[in-house]
Amino acid sequence: MSKKQLIRRLFQILIVLVGISFFTFCLTYLAPGDPVRSMYAATGTMPSEEVLEQTREELGLNEPMLVQYWNWLSDCLHGDFGTSYSQHKPVAELLLDRLFPTVRLALLSLALMLAVSLPAGVAAAVWKNKPVDYLIRGITFLGVSMPNFWVGLLLLYVVAMQLKLVPVLSIGTGFEKMILPAVTLAFAMSSRYIRQVRAAVLEELNQDYVTGARARGMKERVILWRHVFPNALFPLITLLGLSLGSLLGGTAVVEVIFSYPGLGNLAVSAITAMDYPLIQGYVLWVALIYMALNLAVDFCYNFADPRIREKRQVEG
Amino acid sequence: MKQAGVFLKKNKSFAVFAALALAIVAVAVFAPWIAPYDPYEAVMTDAVQAPSAAHWFGTDKLGRDLFSRVIFGTRTSLAAALFLVAVISVFGTMAGVAAGYFGGMVDSVIMRISDMMIAFPGMVLAIAVAGIMGAGIVNGVIAIAIVSWTKYARLARSLVLKMKNRDFVAAARLTGSTTWHILWRYMLPNVIPTLIVTGATDIGTMILELAGLSFLGFGAQPPVPEWGLMLNEGRAYMQTAPWLMLFPGLAIVLVVVVFNLLGDSLRDMLDPRNE
Repeated sequence: MSKKQLIRRLFQILIVLVGISFFTFCLTYLAPGDPVRSMYAATGTMPSEEVLEQTREELGLNEPMLVQYWNWLSDCLHGDFGTSYSQHKPVAELLLDRLFPTVRLALLSLALMLAVSLPAGVAAAVWKNKPVDYLIRGITFLGVSMPNFWVGLLLLYVVAMQLKLVPVLSIGTGFEKMILPAVTLAFAMSSRYIRQVRAAVLEELNQDYVTGARARGMKERVILWRHVFPNALFPLITLLGLSLGSLLGGTAVVEVIFSYPGLGNLAVSAITAMDYPLIQGYVLWVALIYMALNLAVDFCYNFADPRIREKRQVEG
Repeated sequence: MKQAGVFLKKNKSFAVFAALALAIVAVAVFAPWIAPYDPYEAVMTDAVQAPSAAHWFGTDKLGRDLFSRVIFGTRTSLAAALFLVAVISVFGTMAGVAAGYFGGMVDSVIMRISDMMIAFPGMVLAIAVAGIMGAGIVNGVIAIAIVSWTKYARLARSLVLKMKNRDFVAAARLTGSTTWHILWRYMLPNVIPTLIVTGATDIGTMILELAGLSFLGFGAQPPVPEWGLMLNEGRAYMQTAPWLMLFPGLAIVLVVVVFNLLGDSLRDMLDPRNE
């Protein structure tokens, strides 16, 4: 990636960030609810109209829309992303608190997913149209048709309540607390990835170099693991980047079921409490991490595949 | 009629899945005649009963018959998902065709908005939109529509771009066809089959997303019988009444499996590469 392209990409990211944040801002501005009322309702008091008005004034909610947006932008540039209405702390601090648990959960579920889908996908491709393939394809089909929150509920019921292997509710972010949410997330992802791996390996097995290697008498096992496997994995990088991106945004549904203290859970409570600065900060964070990962994925390709590097240089 | 028979014989798997899908639609349409009880009627003396001959799927915390609620849930979920797919495919296709055919400024604006949506995990934005606008099934549909139409726009745009410089379009333009006529008679018919396939495969996904929103409390609101919401309500009684979270989930899986299979068979049938 040349310097010019990098600058262009960074510029695009900036535009998307401003666009997304402005969009959410418009939504919060046009929303029917009243954040000040719900803020006081949460504390259990309902003060007079004057106090409400005064609070609105303090929070800058009476300013014209564009002024409010500008104030928020300058909060972002100061690095604290404004102050949360419901928790009265800087939004950046609240997000950072939840970041570590979310990262751990994301990495664990990705690792679990890969541990299942790589062998299963390769097996389905190698034994194409054999019983193994049909079995794996059947399971993946069921997997993509099951809502992940239902999988989570079933796991919670069977593993935690009936078998009592892990505690139903535990405080903190220890490993035993993470295992069920991670399995739930990995289950849904695996179904998609097994299909991808199977298709990629099948495509690679049809390439001329495989026929050539077979003709030279190379062992099937060596062809598969030394040549086909790495080549088939390569296109998965993009998908992995996207998955990691959405996992790092916090997976609201799964985190809520297992009351896991991640970003998704934070977002749901922010939305319920009409905590606009927190919602804004969260949306901005997700967009940022998502696009940064996309950029990183492109870098990976550049680094690993000289053809793309050369093509880019010829083009631009 | 005879032609239809030949067609169905030639595409057996499509025929089977279409019949199953129609059966599900029939359940939704005839729900009042199928359901043995009123899905809203609370009989507190019958609260949280296990499945029995009188209540096949048991009863919920308010003593409402779960079987009847699951049956009526078909209406909510199916109507919302079909409406959603119709809206995003029509709107997305129009935007994509316009972007592809006119190019320039129109293209830039539509595609930048679409980039913005793609640079973002859809469900997060849908939750934010639904939550901020106020929870409700209609707002849930709008929220998912806002984040999902771009897929169709991209698809339609790429198809139109491939077609727009073909000879038959040039001939149409040369013989004085109006732009409207070209879009309507040449572009749209060539775009529609691909988009129908995409739409059919999307029905299942949309049912799942709507159920997810309702589960979080940002979609359907009580007392509406909706599967995601029912699962959320049943969650608190998991220990004592596991049937409350079993049956609505099974209903979702069943319907999504059927529509996914239907979408796949439709794709196999319409995809020109398979001929």
